Amino acid sequence: MSVARFWRKIPQRYNLIGTRCETCGTYFFPPRTFCPECRREGRIVDYRFPGKGKVVTHTVIRSASEQFEHLTPYVLAIIQLDEGPRFTAQVVAKPGEIEVGTRVRPVFRRIAADGESGVIHYGTKFVPVR
Amino acid sequence: MRDVAVIGIGCTPFGEHWGTSFRDLFIQAGALALEDAGLSGEQIDAMYVGNMSAGRFIDQEHIGALIADYSGMATRHIPSTRVEAACASGGLSFRQAVIAVASGMEDVVVAAGVEKMTDVGTGTSVDTLAGAADREWEGFVGATFPGLYAMIATDYMHRYPLTREQLAQVAVKNHFNGARNPIAQFRQEITVETVLRSSLVADPLRLFDCSPITDGAAAVVVAPLERAREFTDRFVKVRASAQASDTISLHDRADISRLDATVAAGRWALKDAGLSHSDIDLVEVHDCFTIAEICAIEDLGFCRKGDAGRLTEEGVTALDGDLPVNTSGGLKACGHPVGATGIKQICEVVQQLRGEAGKRQVPDAVIGMTHNVGGTGATVAVHILEAI
Repeated sequence: MSVARFWRKIPQRYNLIGTRCETCGTYFFPPRTFCPECRREGRIVDYRFPGKGKVVTHTVIRSASEQFEHLTPYVLAIIQLDEGPRFTAQVVAKPGEIEVGTRVRPVFRRIAADGESGVIHYGTKFVPVR
Repeated sequence: MRDVAVIGIGCTPFGEHWGTSFRDLFIQAGALALEDAGLSGEQIDAMYVGNMSAGRFIDQEHIGALIADYSGMATRHIPSTRVEAACASGGLSFRQAVIAVASGMEDVVVAAGVEKMTDVGTGTSVDTLAGAADREWEGFVGATFPGLYAMIATDYMHRYPLTREQLAQVAVKNHFNGARNPIAQFRQEITVETVLRSSLVADPLRLFDCSPITDGAAAVVVAPLERAREFTDRFVKVRASAQASDTISLHDRADISRLDATVAAGRWALKDAGLSHSDIDLVEVHDCFTIAEICAIEDLGFCRKGDAGRLTEEGVTALDGDLPVNTSGGLKACGHPVGATGIKQICEVVQQLRGEAGKRQVPDAVIGMTHNVGGTGATVAVHILEAI
């Protein structure tokens, strides 16, 4: 991922800045700048998600692409935030430690690096709430 | 709109073709299809080629022009168009050809699909395939394709009765069929133990739940039904062509375990054809992973949600069952050269409807369906073909 492509989404990736449509009240993360329901009637504003949510489904990745191979095995999940939106994220947990419905909270983590000398990609992972 | 017929089919063997290039794979398939249709190149009016990612697999774009050139069509200047919808590229290529003929814009059209995947290492392959999902919000955090389908499996198994053994039986069944298909990448039967002993790729999916990395090409020729007899008496009628879309990301789906684009395309195809499920004699579904075949059977409406595992276990979807699924061996055993798969499915159904499927022939097959999925379900093409 190029420097610019990573850089332009830093607020979203670091701080869970998503969006909300003021017309219909729907929350979006990953952020959308166009409401699929209200379309041109939609009014999109930024919204910072506190990040509390639960695991909808999960897996353990044991064979990954080159950027992630050193992390294997790692837990990947679809998280549903309390405001409603769902998105994909890693969970900092051992295989078997989470299940469907496990409550999670966000943590700031290194996600991947663009080679030896490239940009380090940071972002949000989740940890189970005990 | 004119009725459309498939008048010729051709498919290379699927596998790891270290000695054969992208363009040579295409030429092989195209030549087989033209020979099968009894056509010469001068009779072709247009070409479509399904290809997911020659850009990443062989650093080559402009595939329409490349294949037109090397198949000798460039000097005739006929239109040649690449169609891309990840793993559904082939299905959409076929649909574009059908639309071109049905509309009256073209008469004799080649629909092909080709993918050359083994010129890069497995890591690059895995990453390229991840581009069929959302790179910014799925691939970025480390999602792989097996990982996304594994999350479908986790969700499914949490909500419906599906055992790990039933999931394995999908692969066992498809290898049984693949062992009877001369073009299949894997031509050996396996057991449930083979699947359960293979290494975990993304829990709960194991290596033998996954379709392989494959080189291959497939091509078909379509023409107006009213003209089909000019070329061959072994033609098959296209009864319906449907295509549907859904969110690019798995996490944005209304239901993680249901592919709503499959539901929509399946319904539209049956409605357009004026057929019901009981009319379908066999179906080629998109089993990129074992769980995908389970979902496909249900989402196409052949049974209720939650029942496909039991039906697989009972042999309903086997070669001699009431609804044979993936007689070719499916993506699992026949192989999955992504851009070619949708066309290979058409080739398989046409072979079945012409009664030329040899050891895997479904007796008295008259109507067959194909189901081709892009990504985790963001694009779906469903076609229904009928023997004449």
